Amino acid sequence: MMISGVAMLALCTLLGSILGDLLGVALGVKANVGGVGIAMILLIATRLWLSRRGLLTLPLKLGVEFWGALYIPIVVAMAAQQNVLVAARSGPLVLIAGIVTVFVCFATVALMSRIGERGETMDEIEAKARGELATSGNPV
Amino acid sequence: MEILKHDLTANSLLTAFAIIGLVMWLSNAISKHVLFGRVHGSAIAIVLGLAAAFAAGLWTGGEKGVVDIPILSGIGLMGGAMLRDFAIVATAFEVDVGQARKAGAVGALALGLGTLLPFIVGSLLAVAFGYTDAVSITTIGAGAVTYIVGPVTGAALGASSAVIALSIATGVFKAVLVMVGTPIVAKAIGLDNPRSAMVFGGLMGTVSGVSGGLAATDRRLVPYGALTATFHTGLGCLVAPSILYLAVRALAGG
Repeated sequence: MMISGVAMLALCTLLGSILGDLLGVALGVKANVGGVGIAMILLIATRLWLSRRGLLTLPLKLGVEFWGALYIPIVVAMAAQQNVLVAARSGPLVLIAGIVTVFVCFATVALMSRIGERGETMDEIEAKARGELATSGNPV
Repeated sequence: MEILKHDLTANSLLTAFAIIGLVMWLSNAISKHVLFGRVHGSAIAIVLGLAAAFAAGLWTGGEKGVVDIPILSGIGLMGGAMLRDFAIVATAFEVDVGQARKAGAVGALALGLGTLLPFIVGSLLAVAFGYTDAVSITTIGAGAVTYIVGPVTGAALGASSAVIALSIATGVFKAVLVMVGTPIVAKAIGLDNPRSAMVFGGLMGTVSGVSGGLAATDRRLVPYGALTATFHTGLGCLVAPSILYLAVRALAGG
């Protein structure tokens, strides 16, 4: 049933929200602490549990994936209701923060790709896959 | 005219679906035909949304963007905290745990750094621009992680709408930069194999930035980058309003 997927998602989100609030109280923060993140972990765990028991049916999956697919449009709706006028007044912060962050992250990717063993490139992996197919006698 | 207005307002959520759908369609068309796929349609749509909120703010003098226009009030429900959290949680469903394990320690390290480094940069700049309260500093820092982590953190901590808008704008600008910049720097940062794509996804974070940037670089790398990037938002939403906020509060006081 498709509604079971939607219900499962709703339960995980609600439970995450409750746990996040409880965590906030426990930490003495007047806030929901990581409710969304906890809900995501709950959903992944539930999916694993269901698939191990073979209960992960297509309608159930659709019930969850429908909402996942709506995520970008919902973010667009969220963007459209922000107080952009006020944010625009402190424009330079956005520009500088964006540029510096992306530069720092690109540099770190460069650094991390160089340390450790070099991974096979996509071209090499595909060439190897083609080679294996060829040796097993299947025409590519 | 009155009848039209009445129907659109009475069915405000449906009006919102129709209008946002139109914006998405328009954005994808611009992405494909005007910018030749260099900027992801979703990034254009978000920029259009922010621009509409800006225009509506000028027009109505309100604080809630297009929601202050009665026939568009449904956008407030569609993009409100309830449905937003619901949809974000749903995206976790696509994470493949088996494949994620293969990314191993390097992917985890990249994820950690990808949350911490942007947060530090964003927070320091927030302080440099005169923000002194821990809630605003944390929200802007979280916005530098992704444009989802920013508002989720801001909403959780009770930041002002202006600061939340700032954090979204920072995250969106970052996503746009990643999309446009990735194909340019791909060679220089060694982005030609699954391992570095996973490192890239973990570090850059924004799913639309990563998938757009990798798609423009090498389509085959997209799933690897998206795999670590999908964890990014969850991790950010988990640590930004909790551990990172507490750290900022300890440093900034209050």
